[in-house]
Amino acid sequence: MFSPDAFRDPELAARLAGKIRGLGARLARPVAIMEVCGTHTVAIARSGLEGLLPEGLRLISGPGCPVCVTPPGEIERAVAAAGLPGVALASFGDMLRVPARTGTLEMARSAGADVRVAYSPREALESARREPARQVIFVGVGFETTIPGFAAAVREARAAGVKNFSVLPGFRLVPPALAAVVAAGPAVDGFILPGHVSAILGTAPYAMLPEAGRAAVVAGFEPLDLLLAIEMLLEQLVAGRPRVEIGYTRAVRAEGNPEARRLMQEVFEPADARWRGLGTLPASGLAFRREFGDFDAARRFALAAPEVQAPAGCRCGEVLIGRAAPRECPLFGRECTPEDPVGPCMVSSEGSCAARWKYGPEGAARR
Amino acid sequence: MSDPGRIRLAHGAGARLTAELVREVFAGSFGGELLERAEDAAELYLPGTRLAFSTDAHVVRPLVFAGGDIGRLAVCGTANDLAMKGARPRFLSLGFVIAEGFETGLLRRLAESIGRAAAEAGVQVAAGDTKVVERGAADGLFITAAGIGEIPEGRDLAPSSIRPGDALVASGCIAEHGLAVLDAREGLGLGPAFRSDCAPLSPLVEAAFRAGLELRALRDPTRGGLATVCLEFAAASGRKLVLREREVPVRQAVRAASELLGLDPLYVACEGVLLAAVPGAQAQRLVAVLRGQPLGADAAVIGRVAEGPAGVELETAAGGRRRLSWLEGEPLPRIC
Amino acid sequence: MCLAVPGKLCAIAGRTGTVDYGGGLTRQAGLDLLPDARVGDYVLVHAGYAISRLDESEAEETLRIIREMGGIGV
Repeated sequence: MFSPDAFRDPELAARLAGKIRGLGARLARPVAIMEVCGTHTVAIARSGLEGLLPEGLRLISGPGCPVCVTPPGEIERAVAAAGLPGVALASFGDMLRVPARTGTLEMARSAGADVRVAYSPREALESARREPARQVIFVGVGFETTIPGFAAAVREARAAGVKNFSVLPGFRLVPPALAAVVAAGPAVDGFILPGHVSAILGTAPYAMLPEAGRAAVVAGFEPLDLLLAIEMLLEQLVAGRPRVEIGYTRAVRAEGNPEARRLMQEVFEPADARWRGLGTLPASGLAFRREFGDFDAARRFALAAPEVQAPAGCRCGEVLIGRAAPRECPLFGRECTPEDPVGPCMVSSEGSCAARWKYGPEGAARR
Repeated sequence: MSDPGRIRLAHGAGARLTAELVREVFAGSFGGELLERAEDAAELYLPGTRLAFSTDAHVVRPLVFAGGDIGRLAVCGTANDLAMKGARPRFLSLGFVIAEGFETGLLRRLAESIGRAAAEAGVQVAAGDTKVVERGAADGLFITAAGIGEIPEGRDLAPSSIRPGDALVASGCIAEHGLAVLDAREGLGLGPAFRSDCAPLSPLVEAAFRAGLELRALRDPTRGGLATVCLEFAAASGRKLVLREREVPVRQAVRAASELLGLDPLYVACEGVLLAAVPGAQAQRLVAVLRGQPLGADAAVIGRVAEGPAGVELETAAGGRRRLSWLEGEPLPRIC
Repeated sequence: MCLAVPGKLCAIAGRTGTVDYGGGLTRQAGLDLLPDARVGDYVLVHAGYAISRLDESEAEETLRIIREMGGIGV
C-alpha cells in the first residue's frame, strides 16, 4: 500500500504521460508550470520525467529551496556561531557547503569547529541533554514542513529546563513567496504546490492563485504524483477553471494539520525576512515570541546577520523566481559549479542550478 | 570558493576531487605509466609470472562498526582490489600508524580480526610496519595495506575490453557498508538490520572463471558506490552504460534508511559487492554462478553497454531517463 | 519542501512513537504534531517528527483514478 513502487509504476506513468500529451495538444499553446518546492525539482529530475512531457510544456523551478533563499549574511552568522567557544553547531547537511564571505560551515569544520550534521531538532535536543557542558545551536532553516518540529523541540526544551539548546531562526514561509512570484514573476500558468508544506498548511493559503487566474495542484513526490499533478493542472487550464486541487490526497487534507500550525504560532510570530533573490518580503519569516526568546541563539549569543551584496554576475535571484534559466546565468558551469559554487542555487542539491548540472547534459561530461 | 591551502574532507571522497588531488599533487611528483592507468591493481610483469599489486589506506571512523572493523576492511579491501584484476590474493603488507594512548586491548581485537579476515581471504601477512604518533592524531589508528596476487594465465580483465552488447551484473545488495559505518559514526541507532557487507570477493571471481565465463572487467564499488564504478567503467572504456534502476538490488531497509537520511543508495559505499561487465549472452549464466555462492545470493543483471557517447544513463523506475553524474565530494545528507 | 518518509507507527510512549519503515528499520519520531496518532497508523516522518497521517483508501483511490485514464488523448 505505501510501498514506493506503487507510485513509480512505469505503465501508469506512460498512461499519464499520454494523457498529458493529449491535453497539451488540446490546449495548443505553450504552458509554463512552476514547481515551487526544491524537493519537487529534484524528484522531477531524478525520475527523468521531463523526457516524458510534451514539447510546449516548460517546467520552471521556484523559490522553494530553503537553503537557496537563505541570505549569505545568515550563513556568516552560523559560521560565527560555530567559532564560539563551547558551541556545538548542528545543521542540516545541505547548509554545510553554502558559500559566504567567511567560508562555509564545512570549512569551519575542517579548521576544527564542532559542526555536526543533524537530521532532526529532536536529536539535537538529545545531544544537548547528553552534553550539558556544550551549547548546542541549531541552524534553523526550513519552511512550514520543518518549522513545527522546531517549535515542538523548543517547547520540550523549555518544559524540561534545558539551558544549553538554542536555535538560530532562519525560517521562511511559502505563501508570501508565492505571492511575490505571482506579482513579480513571469507568466506562470500553473503551480505544482509543495506536498509536505501543504500537509501542514492545507489549501486555504493558496486561494490567491486561482484568484490571479493560475491553476494550482498540491503534489506528492513520487513520479506518478508529479505526473498526476501536471495532468490535473492541464485539465484546469483546458477547462479554463483555475482552482486549488489536491493531487496528494493520501497525505494532504484541505484543513492541513491544525495542531502543527498551533505549535508554530505558540513559539513563533511572523516577522519580515530577507530572501535571496526576492529581497525583503513582509511577514515572510518567523521570530521567536518573547516567552521563548531564551531559545533564540541570535539573542543568546548576540549574533547578527550582516547584509551582504550578491556576488557580481550571480543571477540566483532571477533563477529563483523563474525569470532566468540556470544556463542563462553567465557564471553557470564556469565560475559557478557544484564543487565551487558562487550562489546557493548551485550548492544546495535542490537548487535549480545544481539539479540542472547534476541531471542535465552539462553534468554528464564531467571528469 | 575552494580554499586551496587546506585539504578538505571532500578530497578523500574517492570522486572527482580525489582524482584532482592525485593528479595535481602526487602524480606530478612520483607518477608514471602504471599509476596513470588508475586501475584497482597494477599488473606487474616479472618474467615467468603475472602479478597484481595494489595498495589502500584505511582511515575509517569509527574503527569498529556492525559487521566489521578497520582491520577486516584493510584485508578484504586490498584482497578485493587484487581479485578485481582476476588475481588470486596471496600476500599483504600492513602498515600501522597508531596514536599514543590507544587501547592495547582494542588493538589486539583488531589484530585478531585481521587474522580471521586473512584466513578467510586466503592471504598471508608477509610484511608490516608500526609507527606511533602523538595523542590525538591519526583518529587513533590508520592502516595502510599493500597486496600482491597472482594472475593465472588467460585472465585479462580491463575496462578497455567493455563493448556494446555487454551486460552489467551486480553480485549483491548495495549500500550496506556505507550505512553501517554512518550509523556507527553518527550514533543513528539504525538497528541490527544494518551491518557492513565487508568480505573477500575472490570466491565469486573464482567461481565465474571456473564456469568458463568470459569476463571483460570487474570492479568493486567502495567509496562513491555503484554509480561511481559505473562512471569509472564508462570513462575508462569510452562506452555508454545504461543502468536499470528497478534491477539494482537494494534491501528495503537500506532504501528506507537512505530516504530518511537523504542519501542516494547508488552513491553509498559497498564492501562485499562486485560489478562485472560480461558478454550479453553470458549474463544469465554469470548470475546463476554468482547466486550459487553465499555472497552472491542477490546477484542480478542491472544494465547493459550500449552504442553511444561515454557516460552512464539511468532508466528510472518510472520509465524516465537521466544521466548519472560524479559525486562532488562527500555525500551530504539532505533533509529539506 | 521536504523529504518525508512513510512508515507504520508500531508503538507509542508519551509523545514519542516507534515507526517501522520496513525491512527491519525502526526509528523513533516525535508525535507532538499528531497528538491523535494511534498504533497501526501510517504516518509521514520529516526531520524526526510525524507530520501527517497517510490514508490508505486515498492512496488506492489515487491509483484507481490513474488506472482509469485512457491512453493517448482524452
